[in-house]
Amino acid sequence: MITLTINGLEVPVEKGTTLLEAARFLGFPIPTLCHMDGLSPYGACRLCVVEIGEGPKAKLVSSCTYPAQEGLIVRTASSRVLRARKMVLELLLASCPQSKTIQDLASAHNVRQQRFRQEHEDCILCGLCVRMCKEQMVAKAIGFRGRGQTRSIGTPFDIRSEECRLCGGCMYVCPACQLRCTYTEPEKAVCGGCANVSPPCVEKEQFDDMMCYMTPCVACEIQE
Amino acid sequence: MEKLRSVEEFEELQDRLVSDQDPSAPTIVIPAGTCGQASGANDLIRVAKRELLDRGLTDKIRVRITGCHGFCEAEPSVLVEPSGIFYPKLDVAKMVRIVEAVRDNQVLEDLLYVDAATGKRVEKQCDIPFFKSQVRTILARNEKVDPIRIYSFIGNGGYSALIKVLAKDTPRWVIEEIKSSGLRGRGGAGFPTGAKWELLGNQQNGQGKFLVCNADEGDPGAYMDRSVLEGNPHSIIEGMLIGGYATAANEGVIYVRNEYPLAIKHLVIALRQSRELGLLGKDILGTGFSFDIKLVRGAGAFVCGEETALMQSIEGKMGEPRQRPPFPIEKGIDGKPTAINNVETWANVPVIIADGAAQFARIGTNGNTGTKIFSLVGKIRNTGLVEVPMGITIEKVVTDVGGGAPGKAKIKAVQTGGPSGGCIPVERFDLPIDYDSLTEAGSIMGSGGMIVMDETTCMVDVAKYFMNFLKDESCGKCFTCRKGIQRMHEILEDVSDGKGTYDRLDLLEELASVVKDTTMCGLGQTASNPVLSTLRYFRDEYIEHIEKHHCPAGVCKALITYSINDNCTGCTLCAKTCSEGAISGTKKQRHVIDADQCIRCGACVTVCKFDAIEVT
Repeated sequence: MITLTINGLEVPVEKGTTLLEAARFLGFPIPTLCHMDGLSPYGACRLCVVEIGEGPKAKLVSSCTYPAQEGLIVRTASSRVLRARKMVLELLLASCPQSKTIQDLASAHNVRQQRFRQEHEDCILCGLCVRMCKEQMVAKAIGFRGRGQTRSIGTPFDIRSEECRLCGGCMYVCPACQLRCTYTEPEKAVCGGCANVSPPCVEKEQFDDMMCYMTPCVACEIQE
Repeated sequence: MEKLRSVEEFEELQDRLVSDQDPSAPTIVIPAGTCGQASGANDLIRVAKRELLDRGLTDKIRVRITGCHGFCEAEPSVLVEPSGIFYPKLDVAKMVRIVEAVRDNQVLEDLLYVDAATGKRVEKQCDIPFFKSQVRTILARNEKVDPIRIYSFIGNGGYSALIKVLAKDTPRWVIEEIKSSGLRGRGGAGFPTGAKWELLGNQQNGQGKFLVCNADEGDPGAYMDRSVLEGNPHSIIEGMLIGGYATAANEGVIYVRNEYPLAIKHLVIALRQSRELGLLGKDILGTGFSFDIKLVRGAGAFVCGEETALMQSIEGKMGEPRQRPPFPIEKGIDGKPTAINNVETWANVPVIIADGAAQFARIGTNGNTGTKIFSLVGKIRNTGLVEVPMGITIEKVVTDVGGGAPGKAKIKAVQTGGPSGGCIPVERFDLPIDYDSLTEAGSIMGSGGMIVMDETTCMVDVAKYFMNFLKDESCGKCFTCRKGIQRMHEILEDVSDGKGTYDRLDLLEELASVVKDTTMCGLGQTASNPVLSTLRYFRDEYIEHIEKHHCPAGVCKALITYSINDNCTGCTLCAKTCSEGAISGTKKQRHVIDADQCIRCGACVTVCKFDAIEVT
């Protein structure tokens, strides 16, 4: 067992526990976007940053990836953490304003405006879909491509991967929902999702083996 | 090449090679690293060899082709041994004369280097101010060694540090020696190498350990590692062998970027030769110590210089940093303990072992021992690689070694540490160059890039340039690094377009500090340095851009206008050069630039012989 201090509270945790798990165990809320139980931690969104250490050596780390260490002093809501978190949310809001998840997070953290040039991107490259596809669906149909500003998620050569079983898992986990259905061009579809006006769940014969993860299914509601 | 089976056999070979050498034999040394070849060293080599053949001098005069000596400004150059005469900026015709002069034991006065400060000709290389002010423990070896011949390396004392280590037969001694030398990692962070090795030595998992040479040098304008790899690849191999012996590692990896074809070629040759000679592989020199090195070529991502991304890349995965801890020293390549050191660090290891730690620690200052190679580039008279003791002031490097500003414009700052570094203004040139002082000043030592800037460099533009570079080179994993750098670039672009506001400047500063705080790896944590350091020392330039819509250096295109003054003689040269047809005027009359058509490319300024074009 390892003992660490979170916001002044000493907590014994098992070896291999992340700071996020330890903090949540104690009931300290830490917002996350790219973290999901059952998927390996990745540390892409930087929302879950916490402050560790003291004095000039104090630094921010992503709690979802940082392992608990003996005697570590963690602060989950110091002014430095809150300032960074607000800036991350502002950046997210500036790039991906349509996402309900991001809107809710921003609102919960009192971010009411963003000061950057407004963009309308769909994907925040949190990598949840990539990990879902690889770790839970064992398909590895989608992955990251490129780096820096040209980084994107997709299938090899942008054609539908033979590995893809159209399970829709990627859509299910997406906090920004970039991988929305491209049913009009089914051969290009990554997952063939269901938020579509003529959804596959209606034309069952074409996509018979498909499962719908949307609750409630937007398309079905429109149909009704 | 006969495989050497024992230490005695090696010593026999070394003694024979040393006694074969005739130090008094006239030798023409031609540096032919990538820089030399680009400026025409290959032609010099061809001509020199042909001339020697034609005149039947091949047994009297020798030619040695080496890696870069560091004085890139003077390339292609030739060094004549044993007299030490240095001829800069040569061409084929001059080379013919040099061959004759060496034969007749003469000095060609008219080809000698001219010292710009005194206007006098300098005969010997060691008297040239550029070389005189340096302490060249690593680079000087480039002059002596032919990188593609292992015998040349062994004949110059190569691999004797390894023999010394094998003879001592105590790994502990090696680690203590490196520790007491005070060597710190030359890749930028300055972690004590001895301590790193000790940590690796203490790791016991029974599955083997890795040593890595990080040769993924990616900073724009920095090429120290390239010159060491090209000029003296065996010194890296020797360093890694010593490291392997000290830490009980048996696998080594040299991760070199694919953009360095000559370095790769020389490394491949060096690895093959040392393997053939029995200095690499299983049971080295019959001592039972095994160590092998493989070469991994990087696909050219800047981020792969970061150690965790580098390991991912070696494993064949996407070059993306991961969370530390666990540190590579515990879990590295394939989960095995791994120690990663920079090229220059490895090159220093044999020097320390051969000369002794005390001798090494005598150079430099307390806590920052030894020498450091910098690539001195930008607005400076003597561009090239300079090796100086740690703790020397920036002033000395810029004025004594670099020779000061090349033109009329005054030097105003140096940028150290590449895209992760910062700018240090001329008022702080008394700063000693060591890891701690540079960090305190808002920059970093980095791998050793040193870009000199003068009054014609706009600091907003500099920050913008580095953000543009990092925008593409960030791996993109951390949202704040990827998007934050894009946003910083966006704001800087606004400032240089004259659309900046004070609010946006505050936002830039806030964003820069958050990016520094919230990213995972070294790239992101230092990515804001160019912005923060220019804001710290050159805020007035930003303010002038915002308030007066004026770029004091005359660089930001949206804020400058080109005009023609009374100096114009009406030669029409500028009008002919202008691609946009923006310059009009009749012959022998003053010309006029149409500001609306002008694209501010600066072509007219370059061609004008009368200083008639003004940039305001």
